[in-house]
Amino acid sequence: MKKHKINKSYQDINKKIKTGDVVVVTAEEIIDIVREEGPVEAARRVDVVTTGTFAPMCSSGAFINFGHSVPRLKASKVWLNNVSAYAGIAAVDCYIGATEPCEDDPLNKVYPGEFNYGGGHVIQDLVAGKSVYLKATAYGTDCYPNRMAEKEISLRTLPSATLCNPRNGYQNYNCAVNLTNKTVYTYMGTLKPRAANANFCSAGQLSPLLNDPFYKTIGLGTRIFLGGATGYVTWYGTQHNPSVERTNKSVPKTPAGTLWVMGDLKKMSPKWLMGVSMQGYGCSLAVGLGIPIPILNEEIVQYTAVSDEELFTQIVDYGHDYAHGISKTYGQVSYAELKSGSIKFRGEEIPTVPMSSMVRAREIAEMLKRWISKGKFMIGEPQFTLPMK
Amino acid sequence: MYSKILILRFPKTEVEKPIVCYLVKDYDLTFNILNASILPRKEGIMVLELTGTRKNFKEGVKYLEHRGVQVQNASQEIKRIPKRCSHCGTCTSVCPTGALSIQRPEMLVDFNQTKCSVCELCITACPTRAMEVRPSNKTFFK
Repeated sequence: MKKHKINKSYQDINKKIKTGDVVVVTAEEIIDIVREEGPVEAARRVDVVTTGTFAPMCSSGAFINFGHSVPRLKASKVWLNNVSAYAGIAAVDCYIGATEPCEDDPLNKVYPGEFNYGGGHVIQDLVAGKSVYLKATAYGTDCYPNRMAEKEISLRTLPSATLCNPRNGYQNYNCAVNLTNKTVYTYMGTLKPRAANANFCSAGQLSPLLNDPFYKTIGLGTRIFLGGATGYVTWYGTQHNPSVERTNKSVPKTPAGTLWVMGDLKKMSPKWLMGVSMQGYGCSLAVGLGIPIPILNEEIVQYTAVSDEELFTQIVDYGHDYAHGISKTYGQVSYAELKSGSIKFRGEEIPTVPMSSMVRAREIAEMLKRWISKGKFMIGEPQFTLPMK
Repeated sequence: MYSKILILRFPKTEVEKPIVCYLVKDYDLTFNILNASILPRKEGIMVLELTGTRKNFKEGVKYLEHRGVQVQNASQEIKRIPKRCSHCGTCTSVCPTGALSIQRPEMLVDFNQTKCSVCELCITACPTRAMEVRPSNKTFFK
């Protein structure tokens, strides 16, 4: 006897995408469908649920091959618009990381630093089609005698450019407060003293990994929306940690799983890869990411039907605890409460501040829905799904 | 009563003549000079707060321009560059007047300029630098 009443394969769903018979809804729309029709009926009717998220994701960057010059050069140091890129790979390859600040940035010497330009901005400039100034230095070898090269590069003329983000799409994230007596400037935004605001950063009910809590459909080869184009999940992300406490709906209550994603930078757009400056913290890249979840059975549709009321995170002190490696929670809040504009904390109402754009997350889920409905985007069957430990 | 801070630029031919005193004498305006200097090439620059009735203010500015003085409104305003705003909401943590707020349930970031006090905190708090401060383009009555 089969475990589920509804059983669809990836091939079944892709066949429907090709014929145009596929039914796609977003992770917000599925909530009411399952509530009204029940999981079995919903799984019978709906084939794909689309998710989306748009937020700063620091573990992002791009591998860039900038082509040879004459005489040839084996770059040991590379700068793109004066932002250092890692060049300890082959001759004209480098990796530009999102959080690398510009060489002449005053950093936090004038506190809190502004961090107006960094690796994330270089990536955004490239995808916007802007010309970027490259400088490379080398020590010179018999086969690569050149010691220095300077040139203007643009994404169109680069031999190759690949977005490669080792940790994106965190499954859940902390809610940050500051319990000290002075303002702190963190990657979770500006936190006013004595818990005067609570910042959070997740798309909640639209967030990819919160809609597939056990990674039953996500793994190496999952085709995704990445930076405005098609990308892939290529591995589990760094710090992937699925073994955390979960709710009775199986969803992690703290940061858990992560994704390693890749895609062709040349096809991406500056609207979905935005360089960001976090005051007092540094530069980063806001990444647009969306995952279509194939409804293989009623169990999976039940996971995607999770709503903000059923998604929880922990309140963490970023004034002292986080910096000192103390993992302590000051309470649990739901994303419905966080999105309402204020939460009750220690008997007081404090305003909540989102860092993750729900507007953009919804737009991604809608775009993916359109692509799949029009037969332009097929579901990628993973070679293996993300590990559960 | 109407009051505005103005930036006046005097050409070098006018810099040694009495000009602003006539704003009091002929136009019944009062002023408070906030800054004044003569540049190396003899052009003059003055920042002054000018106060009077709307009608006199307008006449006074006309008089200054007639004398060859370049008049600029010094007041500033905050504008949002829509293309750069991703509607994340980070700015709402620092905005003291509620000019930046979140429209629910869409979670759209709304900017109500009439509530803005031009404190400029949002300029560096916005991760994508979507907020900018610029000279107010409302030039008096023209």
